[in-house]
Amino acid sequence: MPFTEEHEHFRRVVREFVDKEINPHVDAWEAAGMMPLHDIFRSMAELGMLGLEYDPEYGGQGADHLFTVVLAEEFGRADHGALGMALGVQVDMATPSLHQFGTPELKAEYLTPAMRGDMVAAIAVTEPDAGSDVAAIRTRAERDGDEWVINGSKMYITNAVQADWLCLLARTSDEPGYGGMSQIVVPTDAPGFEVSQKLEKLGMHASDTGLLTFTDCRVPLTNTIGHEGAGFQQQMAQFVVERMWANYSQVTGMERALRRTADYLRQRVVFGKPLLKNHYVQYKLAELAAEVDLLKHYNYACAEAYMAGQDTTRFATIAKIKAGRLGREVADWCLQFHGGIGYMEETWTTRYFRDTRLVSIGGGSDETMLQVLARLDGYFA
Amino acid sequence: MRIAVCVKQIPDPATPYELDPDSHYVVRPNDQVLDDTDRYGVEVALQLAEATEGSVTLVSMSPSGNLQGIRQALAMGADKAVIVDDESLRGSDSLTTAKVLAGAIQREGFDLVIAGTESTDGYTGVVPQQVAELLDVPSLSFAKKVELAEDGAVRIERQTAAGYDVVQSAVPVLVTVTSGVVEPRYPTFKGIMQAKSKPVDTLGCGDVGVSPTTTQTIQAVEPVPAREAGEIVEDDGEGYAKIVAMLEQVKVI
Repeated sequence: MPFTEEHEHFRRVVREFVDKEINPHVDAWEAAGMMPLHDIFRSMAELGMLGLEYDPEYGGQGADHLFTVVLAEEFGRADHGALGMALGVQVDMATPSLHQFGTPELKAEYLTPAMRGDMVAAIAVTEPDAGSDVAAIRTRAERDGDEWVINGSKMYITNAVQADWLCLLARTSDEPGYGGMSQIVVPTDAPGFEVSQKLEKLGMHASDTGLLTFTDCRVPLTNTIGHEGAGFQQQMAQFVVERMWANYSQVTGMERALRRTADYLRQRVVFGKPLLKNHYVQYKLAELAAEVDLLKHYNYACAEAYMAGQDTTRFATIAKIKAGRLGREVADWCLQFHGGIGYMEETWTTRYFRDTRLVSIGGGSDETMLQVLARLDGYFA
Repeated sequence: MRIAVCVKQIPDPATPYELDPDSHYVVRPNDQVLDDTDRYGVEVALQLAEATEGSVTLVSMSPSGNLQGIRQALAMGADKAVIVDDESLRGSDSLTTAKVLAGAIQREGFDLVIAGTESTDGYTGVVPQQVAELLDVPSLSFAKKVELAEDGAVRIERQTAAGYDVVQSAVPVLVTVTSGVVEPRYPTFKGIMQAKSKPVDTLGCGDVGVSPTTTQTIQAVEPVPAREAGEIVEDDGEGYAKIVAMLEQVKVI
């Protein structure tokens, strides 16, 4: 991968930032079920870590995609998954459509402050009855004069409690299926908006995930992102970069987990010798590391294709399936090789095990990815 | 205020160092990093330069490599760098190093020179004082705080075993700073991108008026002997007495 000196320098800076400014606080954030996202994003924005690929006119940095790869990879090494996920939402899940399709006024009002760290963004697509089946969403936005009137609910929304605005996908016409949806920016101080519940989860404890309800929630029609009725297509494109972010960050998380496990097994003596002396253990770790490496270079091929302007849906889909499944396998083996202590809350393996489990579900489940892939590759009837 | 900061590129401490089998010198890879202790001096310099609308020039002596370490400091905000890279300087002792640095600093002009207390790879800890002597300026060492006095003089808090002394000098002056004097800033994305376009002057010995003379050679290098196994004292309630006896035997108490 053609990482330049600047990419590697940026990597060192992000790595140090994660080590010094993030990791020392992770235990407290996990216990509190919350992270101070405004503070974190503001300090990251001051260092130019937000909006890497966005237009500098709207708070971006005008960088190439490899800087995003570096950012995702280094946050993947953090001591928990929650901040990497929240950051991914801010820079690569809730904002790409606004950057690409939003009017200058809308971008100035919402994108620029988000990239300065003054506003936290969330992406609101999933509903209680519509997860991976996005076409089944029921939240509606009806025109009333120069406003949208929104009714419905959104489920499992990352950054929900702290978000200042949402990139909402809602039905804006009676056209069935994929048509008739629009993306709308909803400020969370809009009348009729409510965070109904902060949700308890298996993992990602520091992430404020919530259930949102909209009751005659009014926002201006000018908050529509891009074309009315093109929301589904715009969101599908936004999902692709979301998955790429997840894939990049998973690889480094797995690399670190395997290294940490090897370090532990090197000094853990059982039956008179370090556990890492066992060929069985060595081979398993080596094989997993090899698979992680394959995924890493597949990701880099994806990044190159993306930079060449190609459609990376297939790359992102395949890598997402692999990242989810391999992550589960790596987390499980790392915990297993630690033995009893690996099952203890005091050991990193438990949090990693819980956090990693989400990758096969969030951002499109493995099964949804396979459905997409089967269609792309012609394995359907 | 024109501020010169002595910085050093060193092989990444996270990777094992390699010694040249013939000269026994450390093999300098193309990729080197900024000595971590230098970041404190760079930060102090940047803060003083910002307060006085001054300039910060990095001064270094080492094989340039790809200048990665120097660019780390430029990315923090330094204005330019001068690096003396001359094959004849390989294995220089501290005095030769000081002559080279002093020559480069003199060439640039300065009001204040800032250096770390010692480098992470050489640890001689005497180069800054030699530079001050060669430049014929006072040296204020071990600063845990650096500030400008009302009359433009430089005032430091000099770390001592008991606390600190306040020491002050008119400029020009040289100051060495300890780690912890300030919290070094992270380079920004913009700083990283701009670093490559900042001026870096690469000089030879002749440019700084130094004729290197080899005053030291390394005859042999031996690995540190492996530590012998320790003695385990079983504590049967009187373990402390055995430990006291052992410490008395080796004459540390």
